[in-house]
Amino acid sequence: MDKNNCILKLQHITKEFPGVKALDDVSVEFEKGVVHAIVGENGAGKSTLIKMCTGAYKPTSGEIILDGKTFTGLTPAESIQNGVGVIYQEFSLVNDLTVSENIFLGAAIRHGLFIDKKTMAERSSELFRLLQIDINPYEIVKNLSTGYQQMVEMAKALSKEAKILIMDEPTAPLTTKEVDTMFSVVRQLKQNGVTVIYISHRLEEIFEIADRVTVLRDGGLVTTLDVSRTNKQELIQYMVGRSLTETFPGRKPPQNEEAVLDVRHLSGNGLHDVSFQVYKGEILGLGGLIGAGRTELAELLFGIKKQQSGDIYYQGKAVKIHSPEEALKNGIGLVPEDRKRQGILTNRSIYENISASILKSTSLWGIIDRKRLWKTALKSQEDLRIKAPDMQASINNLSGGNQQKVILAKILAAAPELLILDEPTRGIDVGAKYEIYLLMNELVSQGKTIIMISSEMEELIGMSDRILVLSEGHITGELKNKEFSQEKILQSASVQQ
Amino acid sequence: MKIDRLLREYGIYAVLIILMAFFTVTANSFLTVKNLLLVARQVSMVTIASVGMMMVLLTGGIDLSIGSLVSLVNIVAAHMMVYEGWHPLIACIICLFMSVICGIIQGLLITKVKIAPFISSLGLMKILSGFAFIISKALPISGFPAGFKVLGQGMVGAVPVAVFIMVGALIVGFIILEKVYFGRYFYAIGSNIDAAKLSGINTDATVILAYVMSAVFACIAGFVMLSRLNVGLPNNGDSFEFDVITAAVLGGVSTAGGSGKLSGVIAGAFIVGIVKNGLVLLGVNDYVQTVILGVVLLLAVCFDCIQKNRAATKK
Repeated sequence: MDKNNCILKLQHITKEFPGVKALDDVSVEFEKGVVHAIVGENGAGKSTLIKMCTGAYKPTSGEIILDGKTFTGLTPAESIQNGVGVIYQEFSLVNDLTVSENIFLGAAIRHGLFIDKKTMAERSSELFRLLQIDINPYEIVKNLSTGYQQMVEMAKALSKEAKILIMDEPTAPLTTKEVDTMFSVVRQLKQNGVTVIYISHRLEEIFEIADRVTVLRDGGLVTTLDVSRTNKQELIQYMVGRSLTETFPGRKPPQNEEAVLDVRHLSGNGLHDVSFQVYKGEILGLGGLIGAGRTELAELLFGIKKQQSGDIYYQGKAVKIHSPEEALKNGIGLVPEDRKRQGILTNRSIYENISASILKSTSLWGIIDRKRLWKTALKSQEDLRIKAPDMQASINNLSGGNQQKVILAKILAAAPELLILDEPTRGIDVGAKYEIYLLMNELVSQGKTIIMISSEMEELIGMSDRILVLSEGHITGELKNKEFSQEKILQSASVQQ
Repeated sequence: MKIDRLLREYGIYAVLIILMAFFTVTANSFLTVKNLLLVARQVSMVTIASVGMMMVLLTGGIDLSIGSLVSLVNIVAAHMMVYEGWHPLIACIICLFMSVICGIIQGLLITKVKIAPFISSLGLMKILSGFAFIISKALPISGFPAGFKVLGQGMVGAVPVAVFIMVGALIVGFIILEKVYFGRYFYAIGSNIDAAKLSGINTDATVILAYVMSAVFACIAGFVMLSRLNVGLPNNGDSFEFDVITAAVLGGVSTAGGSGKLSGVIAGAFIVGIVKNGLVLLGVNDYVQTVILGVVLLLAVCFDCIQKNRAATKK
């Protein structure tokens, strides 16, 4: 009776959009009580596949067998009724309501017109007990940390008696500690017989949490494997369809001892008495937990936030940077952490995105120099290998990796000497990641200097010449290239002040 | 998908042509030289002001105060010319200066104090309107120097002077929006203000500039209006902002900011002008006209939103 074990079966699913085949004859079986990961580069068809299960899309052809019932296409309501729950990257919680009100949002327990807060809170607590976590059901959601908010989302899905829980990049917003808690919740769910469909770019996580893994490439199914019978290298090969000889390209260590940036006793924006130097031609990694003050430091250096005290010397001169405009004029560039919110000019063309940083500086009497702007855009398309049919195309149509390249191109157009990259490869696929690493190497070989903030331990170790670790707004460790290790970084990152 | 795009890009012109055909058939005097000149004059004021309004809308803001600003410009200019006996040119310069100040105040409230544009311009609208009544003591001011009439009533050959002023405003608007760096900034800011800031754009200064532009173009429209009406009344500009915003939105300027073309706005202004004119010719009651214009604005917004929703669900 193996069939009973299969809760969701996708059979020969094909989904066509005008001009593109997003999924091509994909068949996957999801078993009960199993954590099943789906991996693939951006554009491989992961989110399309997920949207078939949630009812957001209907397949062009193929069948979905959900909990024994056969569908040629689900509606969102059918999906929920049959036990599919989803945790999106952006939570769908109402920030100003309490935890239990959120869990029972749209399904409030009522006496006539009045909601029964007490019963809702009790039921919420039961759910949390089941997940073995401790959250006050009367707490207002916005007072919770991101990690706990995610737990509330999970409890909300469970309250609807979800048999399948889909998690789309669940660890992206979480700190390391929160990830551990989330994993234990996922294991708990598994024991209760819930199937978890897990999508993540971080392959390490898959080996930690998943039992099965399905690899997609270019809309097609590559394979489905037991996680215990594969390894990371093999998965990457399946994902990209070629073997990457190494994850991080090598380069010569920097020779220069000339400090490009000299920060002395900098305080403000959550930082306390931070002093460090950055040398010409190096990649300085900033490590630490989320909220340790790395992005906050970048915000000070780039003039987004105001410093309270301390001095910044840039190329030997004391500077005060009050705005990003001044920072760029001084030759300091920043590629921000949140591509969608802070990076791309939504709905505008690639050309316009790239030229945004130099419109004013290249204009004569206020009139923009269109020829020169186009030249810059075309050159950066070539230099950065931006894959786009046409620079007039909207940036919305590009994949995450290519959007990131466009943002890099925009900042590089302003010709900064010092480049701050905040999570430069977050949420982009393996191939594009490698290209960004190559580009970083090329920039430092040209004598530019890079400060890289990264929460990916391997990236931090693989790309940095030197690593500074922050914790609670202080610098708690400095590691030279030879002494890099995950343990040392974690140790410094968890230093309590 | 192709039809969608065609509709979006050229639908407005189709509407314009259909309207003209409709009024030509139903109203005898619509397609006469005399009437078309009347329409052109009428439209010129809305068009001039909508160039500035478009810049504000592009940044994702809105300026409800321009109707009251037009009234105040009418009263202040009339007062200076009639009671102080100043030359019209000096009156114009002082009014322009006053408008720039209004724009700066508006921009500062929005960027530095971070009041929502809707609310801050609503407040300013009341203040400016109040001043117009105070200065005029709610009485009409008339008897302008002979030369001042030229702006709104004069003709060069067969073409009204107002139309030349409109064309001038459009050219200036086109250059700013397409060729001048801060015009491109308006688009960038409306598209994503955080990203624009991190690209080294001084977003506060640019937004303030957009409100200054809106005030200045409204001020110019105000001169044309005063000259055309030949009397300064403290309610000359009443609901003018409605016509202007309708023209811009009809013309495809997104109220969420970031997209819109000047060519569309011209068509939008003409639609507003023609609908108003045609309804008068058909003898439609004033109040019914008001209802129809409101419906036109909402239809335009519906069309815009439906398009967007469709584009959003397609992917």
